[in-house]
Amino acid sequence: MTDTEFLLWVRGPAFEIATIIFTLGVVLRILEIVFLGRKANLAEARGSATAGGIRTIITRSVPESGTFKRSTFVIVAGYLFHIGLFVTIFLFAPHILTFESVLGFSWPALPTAIVDATAVVTVITLLVVLIHRMQDPVMRFLSGFQDYLVWLVTFLPLVTGYIAFHRVGPAPQMLIAIHILSVEALMVLFPFTKLMHAFTLFMSRWYNGAISGYRGVNS
Amino acid sequence: MKKDQTLGEVLRSRKISRRGFLKFCAATASLMALPPSMIPAIARALENARRPSVIWLSFQECTGCTESLTRSHAPTVEGLIFESISLDYHHTLQAASGEAAEAAREAAMQENWGEYLLVVDGSIPAGGAGFSTIAGISNMDMLLETAAGAAAIIAVGSCAAFGGIPAAKPNPTGALSVAELLQGYADQLPDTVNATASELKSKPIINVPGCPPIPVVITGVLTHFLTFGTIPELDALSRPKVFYGNSIHDRCYRRPFYDRGQFAETFDDEGAKKGWCLYKLGCKGPTTFNACATAKWNDGTSFPIESGHPCLGCSEPDFWDAGGFYKALSTPTEDISRAAVYAVAAGAAAGVALGAANRAKKSKAAKNHQKVSIDDLEK
Repeated sequence: MTDTEFLLWVRGPAFEIATIIFTLGVVLRILEIVFLGRKANLAEARGSATAGGIRTIITRSVPESGTFKRSTFVIVAGYLFHIGLFVTIFLFAPHILTFESVLGFSWPALPTAIVDATAVVTVITLLVVLIHRMQDPVMRFLSGFQDYLVWLVTFLPLVTGYIAFHRVGPAPQMLIAIHILSVEALMVLFPFTKLMHAFTLFMSRWYNGAISGYRGVNS
Repeated sequence: MKKDQTLGEVLRSRKISRRGFLKFCAATASLMALPPSMIPAIARALENARRPSVIWLSFQECTGCTESLTRSHAPTVEGLIFESISLDYHHTLQAASGEAAEAAREAAMQENWGEYLLVVDGSIPAGGAGFSTIAGISNMDMLLETAAGAAAIIAVGSCAAFGGIPAAKPNPTGALSVAELLQGYADQLPDTVNATASELKSKPIINVPGCPPIPVVITGVLTHFLTFGTIPELDALSRPKVFYGNSIHDRCYRRPFYDRGQFAETFDDEGAKKGWCLYKLGCKGPTTFNACATAKWNDGTSFPIESGHPCLGCSEPDFWDAGGFYKALSTPTEDISRAAVYAVAAGAAAGVALGAANRAKKSKAAKNHQKVSIDDLEK
């Protein structure tokens, strides 16, 4: 298989398989959670569950000041790499083209120099976060194989993408192919690992907020 | 032209001024990233070079590579250098044909065994001897025989270097590149030829791909050979690094538009008129290594991207089958939207089914729930 053939396979059948597993998995897991259902609350409502749910989705995005003081590093680093991932994934012109070819619509891109710098910051932050995870006794105790696996599949697309953009090493076709393949690994693992938090995060916030809202509590 | 004339004598007799000649030497030196101090050395070497014997074999090709070199709009120094090398055999250019032409090839081979340069354009059919023959000799036999006595082989054009268009899917003739053929079929060398299969496999091959390659790149390689007597430094695909060391994208004058995110969306929109980046229109510049953006075409007039068309990636292997000329490099080659819609439907169906199963399990568990009294626990 030549480099070009490999790239074609990665852009074609492999991407198709990864997309199918990703979408099927995400929809399946969300529906499974939703259909678990909840016991009907027979108590009289003292406030709006909907308003409480929506409020909590938003308010939990801002760290409470006590928490921020206690774990400044985790919060700042966490925000940094999540925003970095958003910028590199969704605001880089070639990526937007890929989304456009699947979704049918597009949005404006950021200049590549900005995306490039963001990628560097994100890679460094992810490394720092990993070191912290391995050095902090509590974090290390709480971390299992999946946590490191999830870190790796998030890290690889960033690094391979950076190398492919700057074309260091083997043939550029191979660099792009490796980058796309690493993204496909991420897509395949996504629905079945903690990466699902990208979707379930809002569901659980909603649930917490809705319970409080129903009871008339501002959470 | 007499065979024992030096290149300098030939050029002078063709009214090429010393100034024009030195200009060519300087341009070639800078193109090959050599220091200016090398210019006199190149000039001296070229002037005194006895024309090397060159055998040019054309197989499954379109003559575009020869056209690129010989049909330039005005006679150039490059053209004249090409003309003045001792082209002992080139069946497109020579007057002789058939057996007379083959006799010229055999004579040149015998006279310069082990020293002549072999230039090949076109791919070689391995799917059957009958696909392409010259004077009754199959392409494969002719290449194996002629390669056996060559000092070095220059595969000119993407067909000779990588198989090119004849090797595009479904490759009906089983077309192979020169390197592939020598590696795979060296043991089929006729007994009459005085060489071994391992000798044939280790022949130095310089790939000069492109569809066609830039004329100055072809003469640049010849100049290097005449000046230093060696082949230039090659990359992983056996291409001279001096010409194929940079990607089109890295040397493209439209690169700033790429970096700013300014793209032409169609061939006639505002972006196209303003000369913005052609990435979205399928430009293969980022994965293509060639000198087009620097050496340019037609006497330095322009190159495809400058004319408003995305790079096809013609100097890379399998460019014909690389997922569509007008499809951006980063986009999927299959219809992913349809697959995604089916996957959503299948995921929803499976999710509902699993949800229903879970609920059934839950209600069954509730039904089977046995109440435990304080008496039971005290038992």
